[in-house]
Amino acid sequence: MSVVLRAKDIRVSFRKEQQSSLFGQERQQVLHDISLDLREGECLGIIGESGSGKSTLGRVLSGLLKPEGGRVYLEGSDIYEKRSAKSKAALQHRMALVFQDYTSSVNPRFRVENIIGESLRIYRKAGGDCSHVRQRTYELLDQVGLPASFITRYPHELSGGQLQRVCIARALAVCPRIILLDEAISSLDASTQVQIMDLLSTVQKSLGLSYIFITHDLTSITYLCNRVLFFQHGRIVEQVDQISQLSSLQTAYAKHLLHSIMGLGVSDSEQEQADLLVSESEISSLALVNDARKGADSPQAGAVMAFSSKPSVVG
Amino acid sequence: MSCVLDVANVSVGFRQKGGVLPLVKNASLRLSAGQCLGILGESGSGKSMLCKAIAGLLDENFTVEGSIRFEGLQLLRQKPEKLRRLRGQKIGIVLQNPMSCFDPLYRIGEQMEETLAEHYNAGRRKIYTKCIEILELMRIRQAINVLAQYPHQLSGGMLQRVMIGLAVALDPVLIIADEPTTAIDSISQHSIMQEFVRIKEAGQVAMIFVSHDLGVLSRISDDVMVMHGGRVMEQGRAQDIFANAQDVYTRHLIEQHTAVMKRFCAAISPAV
Repeated sequence: MSVVLRAKDIRVSFRKEQQSSLFGQERQQVLHDISLDLREGECLGIIGESGSGKSTLGRVLSGLLKPEGGRVYLEGSDIYEKRSAKSKAALQHRMALVFQDYTSSVNPRFRVENIIGESLRIYRKAGGDCSHVRQRTYELLDQVGLPASFITRYPHELSGGQLQRVCIARALAVCPRIILLDEAISSLDASTQVQIMDLLSTVQKSLGLSYIFITHDLTSITYLCNRVLFFQHGRIVEQVDQISQLSSLQTAYAKHLLHSIMGLGVSDSEQEQADLLVSESEISSLALVNDARKGADSPQAGAVMAFSSKPSVVG
Repeated sequence: MSCVLDVANVSVGFRQKGGVLPLVKNASLRLSAGQCLGILGESGSGKSMLCKAIAGLLDENFTVEGSIRFEGLQLLRQKPEKLRRLRGQKIGIVLQNPMSCFDPLYRIGEQMEETLAEHYNAGRRKIYTKCIEILELMRIRQAINVLAQYPHQLSGGMLQRVMIGLAVALDPVLIIADEPTTAIDSISQHSIMQEFVRIKEAGQVAMIFVSHDLGVLSRISDDVMVMHGGRVMEQGRAQDIFANAQDVYTRHLIEQHTAVMKRFCAAISPAV
């Protein structure tokens, strides 16, 4: 399988909120030398706790945040290289994004028609073939399992799951090769999450897409992904190339994530192991607080707040 | 066992132009000390509304009918001041989003002291030691430092633990937890659930636990109530419902959940 997206030695840091001197330039390292490959037609899961830098990585991979060091290659071409506006546009529509907070990622004054139409217009600008806008919109809605009559609705007239489907349709409109899903299902309720994951895997099969799936929920990764990266404090701490080999995890952090899953069918011994691991989690959460105190203001939390306002509220 | 909460045929409606929009229809439940009722439902199913009605948090835009008896006392049409006293002292409430429940401009310590001073007749020093006790009970280390911090300096999981600590601090008889783990990543979720299980197993309190996540509910509930579109679809012992649900909607939810869990279990134990 060919590699569609390759990231090499990505480094990102932000200026600290509180400096020890007045014009200080102390920086907080958010990503440390991250390298990853995304192969064609696969779904790569990235899992980590809040503040681990996984969303920042998503921003770097999608071309929204230029890293301080390292390169991102999308189908062989460096996305942060200087290039003409036209070839940039052509490059950009190969990757589409779906975010967690569906209400704030669509314009509340747009109808579904315009939400998807905006994407189609950009696709046409980038040189894509798109002559029958209305026809194409119906097709896209059909692809994500929404009736054609939804075309005149406003975002507030749709439920969370339906609106997230519209967002997926909008992402599909530019005929991307890769879709980056940044906590795309985390703010939906459990049963809608399963519906959206089922939708994503059927779309993937029919269009041959690759996914990068960023989440903090391990069960949805095992449901959808082929490979998974465990992320902690801006580093990849562990990588599993076969999702069926998940039991062979080595690091304490990954094991801990594994054992904190609750559900029907999880054996009691798993639960006991999880309980045993709690003392370790106490230590790690303590370490987090200490980090926060060292930087006076918690820089990680600051970064998360500044770059992804995701009030994950489920009613 | 004495019955702590007895809710009979409660219906909640929203007053709007041209009539009342029904939100919850004929919900009934009974709860005694040491028991936990899990309410399962998707967003918009009316599960939060039912909780708010029990806690008396709905204003005059809502109509509440039926009967809600808490330790024999009828809560409906009770004076707001009396209800306010009850909440906090006898009824502890834990809400969904810990980040928005604290005032970002005040330190954790000040906010805890304020809450305690409201219901607890003691001097400042005593309240301060009580705050530290609460944090230590919730297994937050370096409690003194945490008291001096602002909400944004703590992680969501820690804030939620502070909330739970405050809710149990005044020895309530009933705890209402409305999606307390939804906005939190899975490791913190697990440790918070352990706090809840510990509180439940102490046997002093009755608990209503609301969630859309079957996995979380299966960890703590004795009884389960499934809600959909404002109606109670099914109600009974947790094991019975998980093993053989009668209602079509409940079965659908459980099937979905087991499908996800099956793949997860297959991934973590390849031998099976």
